[in-house]
Amino acid sequence: MSTVVFARHAMTPAERLRDAGWVAFVGLILGIPLVGLTTVDVGGRLAVGTRFGLLAAAVATVFAGRLLLHWALDQARNRKLARARASTATAADRAHGAQKAVMLLGWVALGASVALPIFYSDNRYVVDTATTVLIYVMLGWGLNVVVGLAGLLDLGYVAFYAVGAYSYALLSTQLGWSFWEALPVSGALAAGFGILLGYPILRLRGDYLAIVTLGFGEIIRVILVNWTEFSGGPNGISSIPRPSFFGLEFARSAPEGGQTFAGFFGLDFSPMHRLIFLYYLILVLALLTHAFVSRLRKLPVGRAWEALREDEIACRAMGMNTTNIKLSAFAIGAMLGGFAGVFFAARQGFISPESFTFTESAIILAIVVLGGMGSQMGVVLAATLLVLIPEFGRNFAEYRMLLFGAAMVLIMVWKPGGLLSHREPTVRLNPLGKPAAAKEAA
Amino acid sequence: MAYALQQLINGLTLGAMYGLIAIGYTMVYGIIGMINFAHGDIFMVSAFIAVTAFTLLAAADVSSIPLALTFVLIVSIFFTSAYGWAVERTAYRPLRGSTRLAPLISAIGMSIFLQNAVQLTQGARVKPIPPVIEGGIVLWDTPAFTVQIGWSQLLIIVTTVTLMAAFTWMITQTPFGRQQRSCEQDRTMAALLGVNVDRTISLTFMLGAALAAVAGVMVTVYYGVVDFFIGFLVGIKAFTAAVLGGIGSLPGAMLGGLLIGLIESFWAAYLWAEYKDVATFGILCLVLMLRPSGLLGRPEVEKV
Repeated sequence: MSTVVFARHAMTPAERLRDAGWVAFVGLILGIPLVGLTTVDVGGRLAVGTRFGLLAAAVATVFAGRLLLHWALDQARNRKLARARASTATAADRAHGAQKAVMLLGWVALGASVALPIFYSDNRYVVDTATTVLIYVMLGWGLNVVVGLAGLLDLGYVAFYAVGAYSYALLSTQLGWSFWEALPVSGALAAGFGILLGYPILRLRGDYLAIVTLGFGEIIRVILVNWTEFSGGPNGISSIPRPSFFGLEFARSAPEGGQTFAGFFGLDFSPMHRLIFLYYLILVLALLTHAFVSRLRKLPVGRAWEALREDEIACRAMGMNTTNIKLSAFAIGAMLGGFAGVFFAARQGFISPESFTFTESAIILAIVVLGGMGSQMGVVLAATLLVLIPEFGRNFAEYRMLLFGAAMVLIMVWKPGGLLSHREPTVRLNPLGKPAAAKEAA
Repeated sequence: MAYALQQLINGLTLGAMYGLIAIGYTMVYGIIGMINFAHGDIFMVSAFIAVTAFTLLAAADVSSIPLALTFVLIVSIFFTSAYGWAVERTAYRPLRGSTRLAPLISAIGMSIFLQNAVQLTQGARVKPIPPVIEGGIVLWDTPAFTVQIGWSQLLIIVTTVTLMAAFTWMITQTPFGRQQRSCEQDRTMAALLGVNVDRTISLTFMLGAALAAVAGVMVTVYYGVVDFFIGFLVGIKAFTAAVLGGIGSLPGAMLGGLLIGLIESFWAAYLWAEYKDVATFGILCLVLMLRPSGLLGRPEVEKV
């Protein structure tokens, strides 16, 4: 549906005030039952407490915020107009420049992540946090295949993460498999689950898919909690073996017939060795994921994903088998999630259903969405931000999910493509930088 | 036999509540073609408002139950409709005409936001209120088991049926209903013919929220406890009900709600109670596979 856009006249200050007053009034109505009033437990019974001071502060903030927002929007619009008048660069040039900047940023980030453990080799906290960031980067890249490239909204991604983690945990504790043996098998299992779930439902429209994947994520969690003989129930599985470095254990004393990492290289034992090894391991896994996904994007199947995201009906009209294409995206995304799960289990040494709740799915989705759907670099930025923000201020942590939710709404409203995404197809008929006339003729 | 009858009554009660919420999903889906993920959380907000209102009444020593219920319903409907309106206005309206995925993600963001806002402002702990309506009618007294229909259960079923009838009348007979149906069919054409599309959509959201508010009050009366997380599961189940009945169809939502309620309570009674949520999701998958348009829905035709 196309809409006619009329030129907006600038609002007079009086109109501004009235508008802000109206917004503040709505805020007041919404705030009364949740902010202004609260129920508190007094000796086993509830009593109503009032927080009208807080409510007044909130309403005043809304009022000022609305005025400020309008002012900022005006400024931005004026600046944009001025810049458009002053510069002769075309939109294509600018997009090209932005892409170059993102590329540069990518190389810098890669260099920094390789060098990080060298500079922080004795700081356990930094290495640990960086490892967490990388797990989320990997998960984000995996989900990006499904959501960003193929345009399928998967709200139960954590289910595949859980499948990977539990596969490794069970294979290693029950059957004694090593990390490297279990990794491909667990990935395949996760992909299998993806196909199993995807096959019946991928024929459906996107929003149904969202709700079924959401349900699937919950089913997996409910089963993990309740099927105690299989998964250990709410207690989870503990003492999961850690990965070894080509058979060299990261332990103080060597196991029978084996050798320790420190002993083999003639180093003093340090628990940091394992942490740094784990860090590089997830870095390599994440980079492999990145390379894999980047290559896929250039293959026919990757092109097909993007085409499908843009227009499913057109794809079907071109004779593409949409179910199989979606299924491949779903399975590959699931597999990558499974790999990340294996690493997670190996790193923690302990897993329980607690780690695989809907919140986790929502965080991964927020990373993909905030970063810009389809943008690999955006995922890195978003993952870094979302992991680091609560680390910086512990008091802040309880507001984290609130801010996630608000950010998801605001970013969708402001930039439906995400922060870094320009939602440009990877291929185009007239490559960037060609004269604009060719574009108009096309 | 007596046990089964009791499960039937419980299932109907549960189903009536799911049905009320499912109508909100179905109406919104019908008119703008998106799943309002935040609807379950709107329901949760309404339950909190109901708890606050009941507590206020208890503090004011109001003992008349009909008076208390009316007051709580009005308060809850008023504030919850305001929430429904605000959610539509901030999270969905700017995205109308955008890609399919954008409003869906914004809706999930809204749902997360509401959940956490309530958790932060009202606390994460379960809120219990003293029972509002006690007692019931004993239907069948066998030595082994007494079948009873509680007054609160009766209230829920009667309210739901009344509201259902009122809504059907409104959609089929009133000018607003006609406007709403015209927006469902063709928004551009409706706008050209003088229907205020924005207003109609806003009203639809408010009505959906109002029904969720009724369900929220009922849940508070029936169970006596609420917490900030109830919207999630109930929302999914009500959505399943809407899909089962055929999304976009009002009687379908009610039928779906009743079926889900019945299946859930019989499953919990005779099979495994811990897996009753799995049963609901299983049904959702099966319905989507075998009959995507639901029991009473029309098959969807996509036009280019």
